[in-house]
Amino acid sequence: MRQRSLYLFAAVAISATASVMAQSTTDEIAKYRQLLADGNPAELWEMRGEELWRTKAGPKNVSLEQCDLGKGAGVVKGAYAELPRYFKDVNKVMDLEQRLIYCRMNLQGLTREQAVKMPFGSTGKPSDIEPMVAYITSESRGMKMSVSTAHPEEKRAYEIGKKIFFYRAGSHDFACATCHAVDNQRIRLQDLPNLLNKSNAQAAYGTWPAYRVSQGEVRTMQHRLNDCFRQQRFPEPLYGSDVITAVTMFLAKSADGGVYNGPALKR
Amino acid sequence: MKKRIGILIASVVTIAGCATVAADSDYGKEAMAMLKADFKSKGPATMERLLNQDEAQQLCSEYPTDVPKDKAAALEASQLKQVKYPADGKYLGDWKEGEKIAQNGRGMQSSDAVGSVNGGNCYACHQISKAEISFGNIGPSLYQYGKIRGQSEDMLKYTWAKIYNAQAFTACSNMPRFGHNGILQEKQIKDVMALLLDPASPVNK
Repeated sequence: MRQRSLYLFAAVAISATASVMAQSTTDEIAKYRQLLADGNPAELWEMRGEELWRTKAGPKNVSLEQCDLGKGAGVVKGAYAELPRYFKDVNKVMDLEQRLIYCRMNLQGLTREQAVKMPFGSTGKPSDIEPMVAYITSESRGMKMSVSTAHPEEKRAYEIGKKIFFYRAGSHDFACATCHAVDNQRIRLQDLPNLLNKSNAQAAYGTWPAYRVSQGEVRTMQHRLNDCFRQQRFPEPLYGSDVITAVTMFLAKSADGGVYNGPALKR
Repeated sequence: MKKRIGILIASVVTIAGCATVAADSDYGKEAMAMLKADFKSKGPATMERLLNQDEAQQLCSEYPTDVPKDKAAALEASQLKQVKYPADGKYLGDWKEGEKIAQNGRGMQSSDAVGSVNGGNCYACHQISKAEISFGNIGPSLYQYGKIRGQSEDMLKYTWAKIYNAQAFTACSNMPRFGHNGILQEKQIKDVMALLLDPASPVNK
């Protein structure tokens, strides 16, 4: 009897230790985030991005300052909080990274190949796109996400994005929804946001782009989605493609009304 | 003249009505076209596997939350029929190898080498042995799996089929169909079986 209760006690103690350890790992990450929140290295990207934005470049030797991100030519403040959106000049919905390609091609005269070159930087090979995305998104920090699906093209992008969110395929039968459609789920110790739950979607979407500590770079929304599709065992999405804009539209709308808090800091 | 306008209005209404009804499947078609245009094969992650959904992938994409009962039952029956049991009738391999497979999350990603050995990544979703505290919770705990269930022929057969093709029992389960889709080889499934069912495995201590 005594032995048995001792055994039981030990079992309880062990399982308590396991959950305490799991908990403390999460706590440590939270502490680390807190520690770095005041000095997020993303600020360096934001500063470099603003400089790139204002510097004359390309065959036409003009800056991007007159780029229309949706709120009129030259307006950066608050533009990201309303993206993706319908653009009349191209008669389609664009996300930020597509719109940046468009402006670099049309204002500066870059070819598409030049405008999509090196979207994701690495040590010694910095990207121009990541800093500009960091700058533009930082100009919406603290603002409420306000994403429209009122235009038929916006509604269409949203509905296609939703279809893709639930689309199961590949060797593992995974969809986005496999990991992101139920509350309080984890892969190993990594918490997974339920992107169908508004507050989860707001917290997740509203903190991208982000400085990735593990990569030492600011990563964009497309980089985040590429990584998801890789783990989903899907092939690789093309940079600046409509499929990314459609999925982004679905996620942005799910996060609508949340306060935008990027570029954030992530593991 | 008035009659003609009436007919015109009626036909406009019909067309508009059809467009609304067909919209959802139209979005589906447009999503397919986008996937086709905007992805490219890389490593073992191919366009063929992205675009050519099998019966399970099709049904589960169409009904992401509630699959109609009759369709679920039909899918389960059809998937169960396709389960291949071990040729030599032996279900249990080496639990130590099984533990390695359960820990290994590599395989079939666009960043992996073609033809490399895949892991099962069981810990991503399941608690299995007590020693590994870094486990996910998408699937149920499998700790003491064999101790609780025993090793009858029926249990061995059921567990094998579950790993081989989870949708043979639960249509649209989130669990990959490890045997059916060629993620794990027969020998690897035996090793994972041993991890779950061998009395010597730490899972059953």
